[in-house]
Amino acid sequence: MSLVGLVVVSHSARLAEGVVEVAAQMAPDVAVLAAGGTADGGIGTDLDAVSAALTSADAGAGVVLLYDLGSARMVAEMAVELLADPDRAALVDAPLVEGAVAAAVAAQGGGDLTGVAAAARTALTTTDGPSAAAELQQAPRTEEVPVLGRFRLTNDIGLHARPAALLARTLAGLDASVTVRFGGRAADATSVLALMSLGARGGDEIEVSAVGPRAQEALGRVAELVERDFDD
Amino acid sequence: MGCTAADVAAAVRAAAEVVAEHRDELVELDRAIGDGDHGENLRRGFNAVVSALDTSTPDTPGAVLKLVAKTLISTVGGAAGPLYGTAFLRAATALGDAAELGPAEVTTAIEAALGGVVARGKAAVGDKTMVDALDPAVRAATATSGSVAEVLAAAAAGAQAGAASTVPLVARKGRASYLGERSADHLDPGARSTALLLASFARSAGAGQ
Ligand SMILES: Nc1ncnc2c1ncn2[C@@H]1O[C@H](COP(=O)(O)OP(=O)(O)OP(=O)(O)O)[C@@H](O)[C@H]1O
Ligand SMILES: [Mg+2]
Repeated sequence: MSLVGLVVVSHSARLAEGVVEVAAQMAPDVAVLAAGGTADGGIGTDLDAVSAALTSADAGAGVVLLYDLGSARMVAEMAVELLADPDRAALVDAPLVEGAVAAAVAAQGGGDLTGVAAAARTALTTTDGPSAAAELQQAPRTEEVPVLGRFRLTNDIGLHARPAALLARTLAGLDASVTVRFGGRAADATSVLALMSLGARGGDEIEVSAVGPRAQEALGRVAELVERDFDD
Repeated sequence: MGCTAADVAAAVRAAAEVVAEHRDELVELDRAIGDGDHGENLRRGFNAVVSALDTSTPDTPGAVLKLVAKTLISTVGGAAGPLYGTAFLRAATALGDAAELGPAEVTTAIEAALGGVVARGKAAVGDKTMVDALDPAVRAATATSGSVAEVLAAAAAGAQAGAASTVPLVARKGRASYLGERSADHLDPGARSTALLLASFARSAGAGQ
């Protein structure tokens, strides 16, 4: 199955590449492409570059486009209109960095075009405390007794971008619902952004609880990752 | 007598000269409330348009405007690219295959151009953008009966007054909107360039009579 691709449209080539770098780190199999700056290397936007990126990022499941400001939106819109099938692309109004990270992770997880677009669009609301907490309230299945574990992070950066993405990926598809707690806050372990927003660093101790048929295995996988320092 | 493809191409070339003459002025206006590239963006775009007209000879007025549109879209690099590009594209589409333009076609084209800018940029009158020049231009053109030159002269006068009306406005679209209240007391660069382009088209039409 092919994954949804991502195109970052910016006025600056370096800005677009930087955003791509951050997002791609969390989504090794997703085509995340930069379309920044004018053809002569200046600040501005270039329709041909956006169209080309749009075509190469589409592996068959469509493409989500994110943009910075002004003409970047208009040019992205035109590039979509020029496609043979404009429904294969979704233009999303989202904070560029958070949106790109959220979209990349959702695409890596196999989300479809609508899902990946929604992940980008709600990037800010899913990272802030209250809504992450709200998500969690519905997560635990009431009568089940959670399996608990405490782990001290021994990698340098802790539960930051790549490790958080790795953790979410490791647990994806497993029939268990896993919650990570740190600093009085809780995060759904399948949400990379929620994990990152806990701010757990190297040396910190996190608490992991899991419920569901494969809760034990989930904890085992977490333990293994921590043991391997998240492959850092 | 109507305007042929050759007349329209000549008018576009003349407009490119006007853009080049006013490059610095447009840069200054954009420096005050934007990023200072409007004059250079348009100069680059219209230079490319002239090169495109040097290498191909579209055979209807609509085809000339379509070439202008495509060239501006891919060379301007700022908001004016997609905005003017869509404007010229919609005008071209509205003209279809007509071999010559009379006053009614010209009015239709300007109307379609406004529709394109609004569709692309979602700005309304009063947002301090080129729409503030183009909207009164359309209203003036629609209210005028007469030759192509007269319709364009009315449109140009409307655009000129509309551009002037942007001075006290606070920008609600485009880069200038990031300045909030500080965008007031400045002429909007895009409204100014719209007025310049229409004035140039009007002069070309007047000279061709
Ligand atoms: N959304 C909009 N709708 C209509 N006109 C707009 C819009 N945004 C900008 N403009 C017009 O474009 C002019 C600026 O054109 P310019 O070529 O300098 O683009 P820019 O703002 O530098 O582009 P960018 O969005 O890439 O920063 C403004 O003065 C205004 O008239
Ligand atoms: Mg500008």
